[in-house]
Amino acid sequence: MNSEALIDALYIFALAAFLGYQVISRVPPLLHSPLMSATNAISGISLVGSLVTAGAHYNKVSTALGFAAVVCSSINVVGGFWITERMLKFFRQRETRK
Amino acid sequence: MKDYFVEASYFLASLLFILGLKGLSHPETARRGMHYAEFGMLMAVIGTLLHKEIVSYEWIIAGLIIGGTIGGAISYWVPMTALPQRTALSHAFGALAAALVGISEYYRQGGAMGEVKVCALGFEVLLGSLTTTGSLIACGKLQGVLPGAPMTFKGQNVFNMTLLATTVGCFVYLLITPAAAAAFYLMLTLAFVFGVMLVLPIGSADMPVVMSLLNSYAGLAAAATGFALSNNVLIIAGTLDGFSGFILSVLMCKAMNRSMSNVLFGAFGSAAASGGADAAGGEMREINLEDAATQMAYARQVVFVPGYGMATAQAQHAVRELADALEKRGATVKFAIHPVAGRMPGHMNVLLAEANVPYSSLYELEQINPDFPNTDVAVVIGANDVVNPDARDNPKSPIAGMPILEVDRAKSVVVLKRGKGKGFSGLENPLFFKENTGMLYGDAKESLARLVHAVQQA
Repeated sequence: MNSEALIDALYIFALAAFLGYQVISRVPPLLHSPLMSATNAISGISLVGSLVTAGAHYNKVSTALGFAAVVCSSINVVGGFWITERMLKFFRQRETRK
Repeated sequence: MKDYFVEASYFLASLLFILGLKGLSHPETARRGMHYAEFGMLMAVIGTLLHKEIVSYEWIIAGLIIGGTIGGAISYWVPMTALPQRTALSHAFGALAAALVGISEYYRQGGAMGEVKVCALGFEVLLGSLTTTGSLIACGKLQGVLPGAPMTFKGQNVFNMTLLATTVGCFVYLLITPAAAAAFYLMLTLAFVFGVMLVLPIGSADMPVVMSLLNSYAGLAAAATGFALSNNVLIIAGTLDGFSGFILSVLMCKAMNRSMSNVLFGAFGSAAASGGADAAGGEMREINLEDAATQMAYARQVVFVPGYGMATAQAQHAVRELADALEKRGATVKFAIHPVAGRMPGHMNVLLAEANVPYSSLYELEQINPDFPNTDVAVVIGANDVVNPDARDNPKSPIAGMPILEVDRAKSVVVLKRGKGKGFSGLENPLFFKENTGMLYGDAKESLARLVHAVQQA
């Protein structure tokens, strides 16, 4: 990574941080548990890095580490989104109550 | 051409993640938002599979299947009362993945990396590994495998600081000489140990803060991975997670009127910390089930205050049945949720929603407090510190200044409690000694079921 790419990355980091602050501070406490598992699932995006490491055949050690990383991050992604969905299904308004 | 497709999929994923989180600002739009985010993740994965460096798919497919099955199975079977443990475990896996990718990168390139990349990689591995072990310890405490009380020893803070300083020292050395593999692996090991040491002295009652903090670290580890791999979607998604966790931990600290460093290094809840005078004294008044039922049956407004005790007793469905029975008799029923009730932010809301309580009946602290003087009966279920009036009235109390649910201002209070012992923090709670407070001892779920029956008979 050269310094130019670093500056770009820092811009993206700062803007994402600012945007994240704006978006997330509007989430009501009611939904803080789903918020935590949803952001957790989203940060499972390190799956993307794991996939390349597992499939690129750099060397045996990297492939093994990459494979383990794919397992871990897909647990993270699939589990995170699934439980978020499960939670959100519970939240209902009075009218639809049986 | 392929490269453009990969980049486009990442760009789309980034936008969809942000839209997804925006959906969470209201329960009505939340599920749609999550579908956006899931679609974004799918796009990013498909895009990555076309990456030019990937030459074979067998390990990828095997990993996706194994991980997906495990993750799906856990989320399908886990009861909502165990939600905090599951989330902690998920943090551990996410952080471990980031750490593993970092280790692989260092193993592959070692000293050939520029200092910027070494720096990013160092952060990735540091945060990733300490979050992994820290989350596992948190998970163990929440699951009851490890004792929930703070585990402390003499000179702990000094020991931890030395450990942290050594770890950071390795990191700095690595920045100067990127080829020093020994420094890298030593740093990695020490970070794993530091994660354990960081969470061990923290009591279960402080878990909402710790969970949020680990959430934040796991996200920042992913963001650091993004810096190391020059991948923007990783930076964006990781940063969103990092800041979400950070905001939540600040909110949780505010809700306990404590500083972050006090939560992390104060070992709160250990016996030594309870300097509060049990000035309240007096007798707790026990109330029998029939009297409690009569009070509730003829009340116009009843407010339920759930705490972690409700979750451990699996009593959320019984609470809702009692609420239904009271509503049928014409009473207004509300639920008051303290921000740090339970073991992770928003835990009580999920449990009650699962038990079919409509979310319009769930009230936040600021909304419900003015309403307590108009409340005929406040029913406290397995909550203690969050209703302790000492936090408001006694400046010497260890929890002084913590915002509380002002249950003591209600006309009468019924406290469902397992036994006469003090609460988790070991503090005396003057609410229990008040004249208009009746203590109803026993298993919360059983008491509630009997209350439902008695209310229906009244």
